[in-house]
Amino acid sequence: MASAELMDYDKALELFEPVLGFEVHVELNTKTKMFCGCANEFGSGANTNTCPTCLGLPGGLPQVNKKAIESSIRLGLALGCEIAEHSRFARKNYFYPDTAKNFQTSQYDDPICHDGSITIELESGRLVTVEIERAHMEDDAGKLTHMGGATGRIQGADYSLVDYNRGGVPLVEIVTQMIEGAEHDAPEIGKTYVAAIREIAKGLGVSNARMEEGNVRCDANVSLRPRGSNVLGTRTETKNVNSLRSVERAVRYEIQRQAAVLHAGGTITQETRHWHEDTGRTSAGRPKSDADDYRYFPEPDLLPMAPSREWVEELRLTLPEPPAARRKRLQAAWGFVNLEFQDVVNSDLLDAVEATVAAGASAQAARKWWTGEIARLANVAGVAADTLVTPVQLAALIELVEAGTLTDRLARQVLEGVIAGEGTPTQVVDSRGLAVVSDDGPLVAAIDAALLGQPDVLAKIRDGKVQAAGAVIGAVMKAMRGQADAARVRELVLERAATIE
Amino acid sequence: MTYLTKLSAAALSDLLISREVSAVEATRAHLEHITAVDTDLHAFLHVAGDAALATAAQIDARRAAGEELNPLAGVPIAIKDVLATQDMPTTAGSKILEGWIPPYDATVVARLRAAGLVPLGKTNMDEFAMGSSTEHSAYGITRNPWDRDRIPGGSGGGSAAAVASFQAPLALGSDTGGSIRQPAAVTGSVGVKPTYGGVSRYGAIALASSLDQVGPVSRTVYDAALLHDVIGGHDPLDSTSLTERWPSMAAAAAAGLQDDALRGVRVGVIKELSGDGFQAGVTQRFNETLALLVAAGAEITEVSAPNFEYAVAAYYLILPAEASSNLARFDSVRFGIRVNPESGSLTSEHVMSATREAGFGAEVKRRIILGTYALSAGYYDAYYGSAQKVRTLIQRDFAAAFSQVDVLVSPSAPTTAFKFGEKLADPMAMYINDVTTIPANLAGVPGMSIPIGLAPEDGLPVGLQIMAPAKADARLYTVGAAIEQLLEASWGHTMLSQAPALTPTEMFASEEGAV
Repeated sequence: MASAELMDYDKALELFEPVLGFEVHVELNTKTKMFCGCANEFGSGANTNTCPTCLGLPGGLPQVNKKAIESSIRLGLALGCEIAEHSRFARKNYFYPDTAKNFQTSQYDDPICHDGSITIELESGRLVTVEIERAHMEDDAGKLTHMGGATGRIQGADYSLVDYNRGGVPLVEIVTQMIEGAEHDAPEIGKTYVAAIREIAKGLGVSNARMEEGNVRCDANVSLRPRGSNVLGTRTETKNVNSLRSVERAVRYEIQRQAAVLHAGGTITQETRHWHEDTGRTSAGRPKSDADDYRYFPEPDLLPMAPSREWVEELRLTLPEPPAARRKRLQAAWGFVNLEFQDVVNSDLLDAVEATVAAGASAQAARKWWTGEIARLANVAGVAADTLVTPVQLAALIELVEAGTLTDRLARQVLEGVIAGEGTPTQVVDSRGLAVVSDDGPLVAAIDAALLGQPDVLAKIRDGKVQAAGAVIGAVMKAMRGQADAARVRELVLERAATIE
Repeated sequence: MTYLTKLSAAALSDLLISREVSAVEATRAHLEHITAVDTDLHAFLHVAGDAALATAAQIDARRAAGEELNPLAGVPIAIKDVLATQDMPTTAGSKILEGWIPPYDATVVARLRAAGLVPLGKTNMDEFAMGSSTEHSAYGITRNPWDRDRIPGGSGGGSAAAVASFQAPLALGSDTGGSIRQPAAVTGSVGVKPTYGGVSRYGAIALASSLDQVGPVSRTVYDAALLHDVIGGHDPLDSTSLTERWPSMAAAAAAGLQDDALRGVRVGVIKELSGDGFQAGVTQRFNETLALLVAAGAEITEVSAPNFEYAVAAYYLILPAEASSNLARFDSVRFGIRVNPESGSLTSEHVMSATREAGFGAEVKRRIILGTYALSAGYYDAYYGSAQKVRTLIQRDFAAAFSQVDVLVSPSAPTTAFKFGEKLADPMAMYINDVTTIPANLAGVPGMSIPIGLAPEDGLPVGLQIMAPAKADARLYTVGAAIEQLLEASWGHTMLSQAPALTPTEMFASEEGAV
């Protein structure tokens, strides 16, 4: 493949206006598949979660998973959509070996959710409202593995294996209206929009929303319109861009590539394109015309749906606070500066901090522990931070620190004990004997010894050079093997320096 | 033991329950008769003799142990090859499924087994139920027991011929546009297409999902009712399955045998399903039956169903459209035969294409092409969309008619059994043969065919179709059983007792004669 010419991004934006559109597939985390009773499970043995229906065997018939409809409606409501009073499934007919029935059970002219919008906030503070055309239900395809080729791609493969475990897993496809006026922010809008969908789905609990496992998949449509023109350009659809950073890169790449082609007098082919994570490029897929004929017709094996208004309203009451509003509220309540708050959000620790605060800890202490020591240990262990300790355990630990029972250093040892499964923070303090020595008696003795051992320091302190006390404090802490509260030591050092004989 | 094959399912059931006859004896008698006559008739594609005898032995053991069993326990049954059976090949009459043994039973088959019926084997049919003569089977024709040179009807010619030739007292069929009722009519047997949603379609290889319905084939109305009671009722695996509690069809049939069962019953004769195009002998027997009904106290009214005129046209858009999508799964990837292309690369697309080219017969290809065309962008509204509107109009015709009458009647088919090859060259002639039966499928209402005599000109069976409003299947059984009793009383015998005897000797004689 010849490497494509790219135009400088700023130059491209000067000459052209990008128009975007996104199709995001959200895989629902229902227990069973969309149209049969097979487990909806990632990582089972190939073709073990299958039955006559999802294998497309002769005689198999679909049965709708009510939970999937409920999840779709909740997702639609969270996207501000109308919920259709009458909705039905339709068959999308095309032959492909990963599609067992050789048609996808999808929705065509009566999607379950339509006409919504979400507002996203870019890093610059710019608010962009993305209009949602529809969110419809469909079943996922199986997974093809191409064997024998060098690249794992179908080209050059000797044969292909197909695993239908994913076949029939429920999906919601969310389709935006055309997004105009994106301008320089186009790539960031792509990334932020997909992040918002992911966050909403996760917040609702309707999807595991892990992009790396394909729970959220994005197709990005990009076209360019010459400045001054009101005619839309030809679009390309870059398929399966499966990380937030890739969405951003793919949109930017397509803008630069299309601009170069158009500027050189070429034309854009309406086609799907593949995103290559390694090279950061897209390559041509199959031609896609608006006249692609999937011979849609209403699915005769399923009855039309008429979700009652009462049910829809009941479901609306189950919606959690919208993620953006929740973030705004929490940041204000916690008094975090933007940097602190972003740190929590980017580390996916919002829930953990919130729960820790709810368990009685101060917000700052909770943030400091989660994004600091716990995140560090989690990183070393290669696990998510919130799997190491519970918010309740952390809140108890923070309470011990704030009561002066533990120093930060001791608290880190207690944390290790808690993570090692030695019990609650209090139990670890007791069993490891880690409590701060709070009885002044041994401290005073140690301080007196340290002061008398360093008469020059004592003299300086008495002369008002308070910073000289540091050397004494260090010696005392060392003598106490760290099991002393440094602030209290400092108080006592100054006090003893004034009175010691 | 041959007398056992002559018995109705109900009469055989009595002997089994009283243990005068064992299920093994009954099964063996039928298997022997199959061996004797089916080489020539070819009603069966597969006979599962050992499995049938083993099943029968189990039933005998359970009955001997005093277990309470379904009245049909131990009664042999033939199963149309469109229904998935996990212990027998299931081909739907198509080469593309040659040798395929499903990993599961269709719901109706599972219910048969649970009730203790004894599956004898799988019966021949037009490929994927596309046809009215069983000539479109990839596995050869089935002969009509009344005349070996004539078709047994279709698509369920195998089930009808098996029952009419006493190879089984009962059979299962499927009816998309008449595939149970028309074969019943031309073989002198009884066939019922239940209300759409009344019997589960799970495991029935789909032809046209919105039209298909599984139903009973038998020699008496009461037998059909007994079988309907076994297979009917809600199935959560079929989303179009109705959730109602159904009355006993057997009780409804029994009610039809009471005196005066027909008195005051309002019977509508559909104007559009009579007259021109109907064989004289068919019309004659139909009119005689109406006269009997009047004598029995029924009220006959002529009703008009003006949109029935468009039924065949609408049907031949809806059916191919749905079939083109339903048959897409036959691609060699997961089941069935696989054929590699003679030239070119072995891509999945080429292998699918070569398999479908080799595995589907001409009629199947014709309908897939028709359906694909009808669903194409730009044609959908004109074809599929318009056909669905016709369907609504036909439903309204039925609603209007049923506001005046309790049941509707017509001849089950315009003619008696035609000769092999007579309509093969002209698909339209074959399609138009279903003009009487198609409206019930389009509207989802139940229909039944019962024998009403032999056409004088050719001595072949004529059928009466009775239709009732949706969910009023019980009414068919009451009226059907009453008419059957009236006719048999007037003849002094059952219809099938007049069928030519099929003995090996006679068959050989006629084959020698033909040489």
